[in-house]
Amino acid sequence: MKDESVKDTDYSLDELKDEPETNIYAEVFLGSVRITGVKVNYYHICKTKLWLFSHNINLERGDDNVALGKILHEDRYKKNLKNITIDGISIDFVKTGKRTEIHEIKKSKKMDAADRAQLLFYLYYLKKRGFDAVGILNYPLLNKTEKIEMNAEDEANIEREIEEIKKIVLSSMPAPMHKKICLKCAYQEFCFCGRGDKNGE
Amino acid sequence: MRENFYILQDGILKRKENTVYFENKEGRKILPINKISSIFAYGNLSFSSGVVSYLSKEGIPIHFFNYYGFYEGSMYPRETLISGDLVIRQAEYYLDPEKRLCLAGKFIEGACGNILKNLKYYARNREDIQEIIENYVTSIKTELSRLIDAETVPSMMRTEGKIRELYYNALDEIFPEEYRIIKRTRRPPNNKMNTLISFGNSLVYSTTLSEIYNTQLNPTISYLHEPFERRFSLSLDVSEIFKPILIDRIIFKLVNKNMLDDGCFRGEIGNMLLSDKGKKIFLKEYDEKLKTTIKHKGLNKSVSYKRLIRLELYKLSKHVLGAENYKPLVMWW
Ligand code: SF4
Repeated sequence: MKDESVKDTDYSLDELKDEPETNIYAEVFLGSVRITGVKVNYYHICKTKLWLFSHNINLERGDDNVALGKILHEDRYKKNLKNITIDGISIDFVKTGKRTEIHEIKKSKKMDAADRAQLLFYLYYLKKRGFDAVGILNYPLLNKTEKIEMNAEDEANIEREIEEIKKIVLSSMPAPMHKKICLKCAYQEFCFCGRGDKNGE
Repeated sequence: MRENFYILQDGILKRKENTVYFENKEGRKILPINKISSIFAYGNLSFSSGVVSYLSKEGIPIHFFNYYGFYEGSMYPRETLISGDLVIRQAEYYLDPEKRLCLAGKFIEGACGNILKNLKYYARNREDIQEIIENYVTSIKTELSRLIDAETVPSMMRTEGKIRELYYNALDEIFPEEYRIIKRTRRPPNNKMNTLISFGNSLVYSTTLSEIYNTQLNPTISYLHEPFERRFSLSLDVSEIFKPILIDRIIFKLVNKNMLDDGCFRGEIGNMLLSDKGKKIFLKEYDEKLKTTIKHKGLNKSVSYKRLIRLELYKLSKHVLGAENYKPLVMWW
């Protein structure tokens, strides 16, 4: 993102700014199921992953990818970091037009459907709280940004996805299906370790 | 990949900020915390303040072994990978007799599969004993086939006991006289082979426990062994599969290559112990074994023996989650 976008820390969303913690979590409760941006993201990547993550089956204590995301955040975006983040995503406030701008930093090179959906979820979340917001996806590795706005169709989509996520989380674990992204997935060993074993000799 | 750290001497663990030292009369050694998966303490280990909480925070279990080299207990770090859902289902599989029986049987099935592999492997190129080993293999298979009819876990245990006896009898045919088991005894072991088996089994138990720590499985809920048998009874269950794969093969190598001399043992018959020299040789073999890799067909990549334990735990997790029936690991190599 560019530095010339004027940010004004005094223009405040009071309830956000008053948080003693600098991190807030965007979540929507559907009955017992907590829907978060990450879950929306996983919904688009893999249902098994969504399910495992939602049931707290995490495999590593320290994940390199998470660390990389943090470094990108801290180093390249130091200047732009505000004291408010949603699930680790920084929020800026743009003066002109008084629109809230939320920035998500992506370490991948691809602008994929999952990133977009996750951001749309945040816009949806903010809208429900009365903030007209626009999303900015930042791809430092590509030196590129992308602006995301939510239209009525997106909104209907998000609502449908939220329902769908709830259903998946409340059902039993979806069987892993091998796809290209499995090769990069932290659950790969978990998902496919049983293949190739046979009984007896 | 993090590694095990074995301490054979007596000494003290000291912490200075984020560095942990092992110290005794002979000197001081830095423990590379970021590279350690577990600490195996064979000597008398004492701690200066803060060390235990620091290691716990870093997620490093310490396993303690007594004078005989047997497992005594562990400092099991605070759990950080928790899934309430998985624990509930783990318990469900214990409480439901049918589900429990099914899982208990799988551990025996896996252990026996590996035992049979071992017998075939040991008897390879041994024309003198081939026939007799074949007979043992047949008897073990017959016992194993009875497993399906077992209606209770204790009766499964009895079957397992019989299979183990047949196995040890068969091993007595394979190994030189000096290493006859005759009757498997536990604490303290009364002959060389029992000493080696007990020492090794303690290692597998501890290693498995460390691996369980890295999953969401609760180490106290088990199926073949009763949860009250030992604090971490799930480790006993899963160890069954790995004892023949890891320990029996190591012993076979040590004996077959004449790697153990009399200086490796101390004590008399009836109270046989591994000496420090013996322990060192064994631990070196064990560590190398854990690091050895083999090609995993399902994952299409090489995995270490140590990793295989973790994969077994993943399979078990998936079983209780209802995603995939558990099939125990039987050596395919
Ligand atoms: S390994 Fe593949 S199937 Fe398993 S969670 Fe990851 S993406 Fe989904």
